[in-house]
Amino acid sequence: MINLVYLVPLFPLIGFLINGLGWRKLPKAAGGIIGSIAVLASFAVSLGIFFEVKDGASQTVTLFEFIHSGKLIIPFAFQVDNLSALFLLIITGIGFLIHVYSTSYMHDDEGVVKYFAYLNLFVFSMLLLVLGANYLIMFIGWEGVGLCSYLLIGFWFKKREYTNAAKKAFVMNRIGDLGFLVGMLMVLYNFGTLTYNDFFGMLKGGNVAISSSTYNWIAICFFIGATGKSAQIPLYTWLPDAMAGPTPVSALIHAATMVTAGIYMIARSGVLYNLAPFTLNIISIIGTATALIAASIALKQYDIKKVLAYSTVSQLGFMFIAIGAGAYTTAVFHVMTHAFFKALLFLGSGSVIHAMGGEQDIRKMGGLKKHMRITQLTFLIGCLAISGFPFLSGFFSKDEILASAYANNPIIWACGVLGAMMTAFYMFRVYTLTFEGSFRGTHEQEHHLHESPAAITIPLVILAILSIIGGYVGLPEIMSEHHMLGSFLSKVVTNAESHHLEHGTEWMLMGISTVLALIMMIVGYVTNKKPNFAENKGLAKVLENKWYMDELYDAIVVRPIEAFSRFADRVIERMGIDGIVNGVGKLVKLGSDRIRMIQSGQVGFYIFVMVLGMILLFAIGIFGFIN
Amino acid sequence: MDIQQILFIVLSAIAIGCALGVVFSRNPINSVLFLILTFFAISGHYILLNAQFLAVVNIIVYAGAIMVLFLFVIMLMNLNSDTEPQKNWLVQLAGAISGGILFLVLLSALVSATKTLPVMEQGSNDLGLIKNLGKTLFRDYVLPFEISSVLFLSAMIGAIVIGKKEDKFEDVH
Amino acid sequence: MPIQYYLFLSMALFCIGIAGTLMRRNAIIIFMCIELMLNAVNLLLVAFSKMWHDASAQIVVFFIMVVAAAEVAVGLAIIVLMYRKVHSVDINILNRLKH
Repeated sequence: MINLVYLVPLFPLIGFLINGLGWRKLPKAAGGIIGSIAVLASFAVSLGIFFEVKDGASQTVTLFEFIHSGKLIIPFAFQVDNLSALFLLIITGIGFLIHVYSTSYMHDDEGVVKYFAYLNLFVFSMLLLVLGANYLIMFIGWEGVGLCSYLLIGFWFKKREYTNAAKKAFVMNRIGDLGFLVGMLMVLYNFGTLTYNDFFGMLKGGNVAISSSTYNWIAICFFIGATGKSAQIPLYTWLPDAMAGPTPVSALIHAATMVTAGIYMIARSGVLYNLAPFTLNIISIIGTATALIAASIALKQYDIKKVLAYSTVSQLGFMFIAIGAGAYTTAVFHVMTHAFFKALLFLGSGSVIHAMGGEQDIRKMGGLKKHMRITQLTFLIGCLAISGFPFLSGFFSKDEILASAYANNPIIWACGVLGAMMTAFYMFRVYTLTFEGSFRGTHEQEHHLHESPAAITIPLVILAILSIIGGYVGLPEIMSEHHMLGSFLSKVVTNAESHHLEHGTEWMLMGISTVLALIMMIVGYVTNKKPNFAENKGLAKVLENKWYMDELYDAIVVRPIEAFSRFADRVIERMGIDGIVNGVGKLVKLGSDRIRMIQSGQVGFYIFVMVLGMILLFAIGIFGFIN
Repeated sequence: MDIQQILFIVLSAIAIGCALGVVFSRNPINSVLFLILTFFAISGHYILLNAQFLAVVNIIVYAGAIMVLFLFVIMLMNLNSDTEPQKNWLVQLAGAISGGILFLVLLSALVSATKTLPVMEQGSNDLGLIKNLGKTLFRDYVLPFEISSVLFLSAMIGAIVIGKKEDKFEDVH
Repeated sequence: MPIQYYLFLSMALFCIGIAGTLMRRNAIIIFMCIELMLNAVNLLLVAFSKMWHDASAQIVVFFIMVVAAAEVAVGLAIIVLMYRKVHSVDINILNRLKH
């Protein structure tokens, strides 16, 4: 089955081509069916691959020779091993659920076939990203998902603010991509290859000639790419704006898959990052900062999707905290559980928005549990999971992150706990304001409230089940001997050396964070049962306005660049370059006007010049020969 | 001094003097007459060189036909010394100087080049006689001879076509 | 006569012809100076023919005369035509080549 790995990205590619080329002619229902079946087929093949890999098989499957230029050889090859097999399952599995969800959510839209084409293209790119056997294939997928996120965020292209959000996402991704590219080039320059096996082999073998600062630079450059893709400081502001796209898009791209590309890349390059401890420290700091700042913003947001967006940024910060501590498998574990519950939360919010007829402001919701039982229950499970309610999936992965953070640096652990507390609070705030209490919307909206159809609720239920049981593959040491996920992944991913925590310490950490989280959950529920939406002042106002980050970027980055481009246009372009080009033309014209005067039409003058020429030729010819 | 040398000098003097007369005379008719005299002098030189056929042909063709043609045209245009345009003296000076320089250049070149040439035979030889010339012409140069007849034909037709009086309706451009 | 004498004579006639071409404004006089130049060349050729005992030089002279005759015929026809248009044979006025 591993040899058939090329089928996994091929099915979505075919789906994209069919839907993309025929979107004007295909009936609306057909688009969804084709898209979903394509991803389902990929999921089936991924499942087969996963079982083979679990039994120990893992290989590099080369499809064709891609680049062969002198000593630079980059084949188009797929690396099928434990890490990529796991990601394949996550991408195709959750992708399929979201495709099914979208058939109902988007069934009225006139561009629905185009939508499924884009979704399939996205899945294809993401699969390329995780399957690539060298950094170049990964980069192709990296760029591809950036493109698809632009296409999908700006899907309702008739609204200017949506397309602006799409552009913002693309541009910020691009800035990160530059870092990735520079990192790739440095790897190529210093090591001569981009293939993982060769590169990591060289790293493990030890290479005295390469200084540790080179490792750090390469690692930092790759990490810059990750900050763009995975929305860390400073390149995170695109993600909240990306909520302009349809909700299933937010679920797939911004919760489960694309934003985790950065984590995947660093986990894959664990060998490199183990040699660059300085970079790991930077990653820890940025991850912590992002987790805290994003969580604080989420405390005061009123759009249900924005809360989830900032929650995603914050959870990604947690993943980077784990990476900074060198615990790459832990980060991948959280990727998996986060995919489950965040997709669940997004899809649930989509169900709510659908029922509310497009309303996204939670101040206008309330008491929806009476009308939407399934949505409410599954959403509650998602909130419990993300807040770290004991024995749900989020509990295990978040605890593992906090433990690794403590082993790294207790201060980071404290920040992490603070972040977890804020997470619990704002998630339960959202839940309570939406589902509990009494309805605060208009009468028409109240009449419209209904539970969503099966195509929407069934994926919710499946994801809820996964959110509950998903954590059991990662039981910590204190509870069980087997950390299934860890041992599965560590064949490929090598964690950094870290302090080993005593069992007592671990129990204590677990206890502290769980108790605090439970307290905040209750606080969140209670304070919002009968809400009072006064105008925010002071710190609350700052939080509501996202710490004025966008305004800051505007002043620091956007305005100077615009001023410079105005200058460049007026001075360099118009006066300089145009002046030179036009000047050459004017010069030629002037010269030709002068020279034209020579043609006087006077035959006598012509003869005169002819005679002079004759004299000259005679003189040269005759005297030249004599000499 | 030889009779030949004296003849040579006299004829050369006539030739150069009349050539100068062609260039410097005001009246175009005088120029034509001077040129005819020049042709006679040159024919004299031909006879000295024993090219009798050419001497005669020179007179008949050049002096007899071409110059008469020139005369006809000048008289047609009614040119005389009053209507004669003059270039300003600077240009004339430039022209004269150019001619002089050319003369000097050629002179200096040929002075050094002709030291090794064979001396001409004195006296007559049979080369220029019409019989020998005719033989060479019709044996080796018969093709150019025929083509020159075509040339004459085309020149005649060309001259007639160009010189035809136009209809009043034809446009100049 | 040594060949140099004929050379110099011919060259003198040729240069006088050139000077005349440059100095005169009347198109017909210029034409005549050209004829003068041609004759100078003829003279030189005949002199060389005697020096090298080669008759072909005289044949060439013959052909030169042929061509000169044809050329005069056509050239004068052109001048007559121009005279009909502009009523002058001043070459400063015959400057339609300017355009």
